[in-house]
Amino acid sequence: MKHNLTETLVHGVFLLLGLVTVGCVLLITVYLAVSGIPAIREIGLFDFLFGPTWASTAAEPKFGILPFILTSLYGTAGAIVLGVPVGFLTAVYLAKMAPKSIKAVVGQSVSMLAGIPSVVYGLVGMMVLVPGIRKLFHVPDGASLLSAIVVLAIMILPSIIKMSVTALEAVPKEYEDASLALGATPEETWFRVSVPAAKSGIAAAVVLGVGRAIGEAMAVMMVAGNVANMPGLFQSVKFLTTAVASEMSYSSGLQRQALFSIALVLFLFIMLINAALNFFLKGEKRP
Amino acid sequence: MKRKISGSRRRFLWTVRGGMYFATALTGFLTLFLVAYVLIQGIPNLSWEFISTKPSYLSGHIGILPDILNTVYIVIVTLIIVIPLGVGAAVYLTEYASNKKIVAAIEYAAEALSGIPSIIYGLVGMLVFAGSIGTCLMAGGLTLVIMNLPTILRNTQESLKTVPQSYREGAFGLGAGKWRVVRTVVLPGCVDGVITGCILSVGRILGESAALLFTAGFAHSMVNLFRGGLFRGGLLQAGSTLTVALYVYAKEQGEFGVAFGIAAILLVLSFAINLGATAVTRHFRKSIDN
Repeated sequence: MKHNLTETLVHGVFLLLGLVTVGCVLLITVYLAVSGIPAIREIGLFDFLFGPTWASTAAEPKFGILPFILTSLYGTAGAIVLGVPVGFLTAVYLAKMAPKSIKAVVGQSVSMLAGIPSVVYGLVGMMVLVPGIRKLFHVPDGASLLSAIVVLAIMILPSIIKMSVTALEAVPKEYEDASLALGATPEETWFRVSVPAAKSGIAAAVVLGVGRAIGEAMAVMMVAGNVANMPGLFQSVKFLTTAVASEMSYSSGLQRQALFSIALVLFLFIMLINAALNFFLKGEKRP
Repeated sequence: MKRKISGSRRRFLWTVRGGMYFATALTGFLTLFLVAYVLIQGIPNLSWEFISTKPSYLSGHIGILPDILNTVYIVIVTLIIVIPLGVGAAVYLTEYASNKKIVAAIEYAAEALSGIPSIIYGLVGMLVFAGSIGTCLMAGGLTLVIMNLPTILRNTQESLKTVPQSYREGAFGLGAGKWRVVRTVVLPGCVDGVITGCILSVGRILGESAALLFTAGFAHSMVNLFRGGLFRGGLLQAGSTLTVALYVYAKEQGEFGVAFGIAAILLVLSFAINLGATAVTRHFRKSIDN
């Protein structure tokens, strides 16, 4: 009888430890909702989401986050446009064509790229990219949406490359052999047979990159200039993430609540992206 | 043997080849440039004095010893709390769980946690932990616990799956109870996963800044761990980690030399962690094969 008691107790303890994870997600969701909704209610959902000006410290404060939403969308789209082709082609090369030694070296350097802290990206961006863009395009300040896009494009490379390589390596060899036997060149085989066969894995890689880019705060904060402008390539801009991070330390009252509302909007974006990621990963499992 | 292919096919061939060469060269070049630039700018700023003293406003001297120590404290606090939670959850999922709905919920939660950006962890940590115990190392550590939970869970789970089913059956056959089997057969088998998970978590903690800025604070203060007891005094003081210090020095104080010095240290550490993770995986894979 005592034996059974121990077993039940241990089972219960492990169940509890397992449920901690669920508890954490609930905690985050509930806290964000509870602290984010009051400000939205006070400002009005439409004015909050589609208001074109953010002037949180003005005498007559305005809390419209349309500039942040658009900046985050444009910034992420830009990073994807620059980063995905490079990442995708590198992945095909590494997975199919590269000799072993090159694959090892480039693979290691991609892991290296993934391990570099985001503030280091921000620092290098601040010292190299921002002055570079200022000189190259003759604009008064290089801290702009364009700098942020370039930094984000480099930061999402490792996730895109790694996940695409895994997907491409999982393509059954028979597919490729059949294509080669029909007289296709290796390049035609990789791009017309292997890539379509790995498409859900590659799509998942892109979605993962989107998630990374939209959630990045510190690197962007160091290169984007942090002014709540409507997005323009050479404008100094604020992303959803940097809007929260840059004002949090000195905010109070409705402004502080509005920052939590921004975080809530960001959280909803991320949840949508997670759902998309799950969708593509499921597609990967049953071809 | 050279095969003849048509002009358009040859064009396709060279376009994609060119694209692949260019993309790979660009990726390699970017990494090389980043690493070389940071090291060249950073290493001249490093000295024994730089890493072994604390900053002094009177003499304008900057040292990063407090930031190094704070990083170490946060890493240790986080790992001590997250390992039991993550390993426990993994054991539950692979050994105990029979209810499919609970399994799905836990796995979904772990996936959701790994997708949440660090700035959101920072905000929630600020509300929940820093709100109740103040902005301090402990609050930062607890925030990072939630963040690293999926990493430990996933890696432990992977290695639990490699423990052969026959081991468990053998132990059950000898009359061992479930808990005894878990304790003596299953847990020793997942050490490699826990170690890999820990190394990856340390890497993530070293690189983390957004989640710590509002939870552990950004003072370059020297934390005396044993002032007023570990949990009532020491860990309840605010302090910045290396990454947060880098941000503050670069963005708020304009001390770029110091920032590059810290960046060089972080780069070397993250390289070491990469090598460590690869080595551990390889070592344990070998010992399984034998």
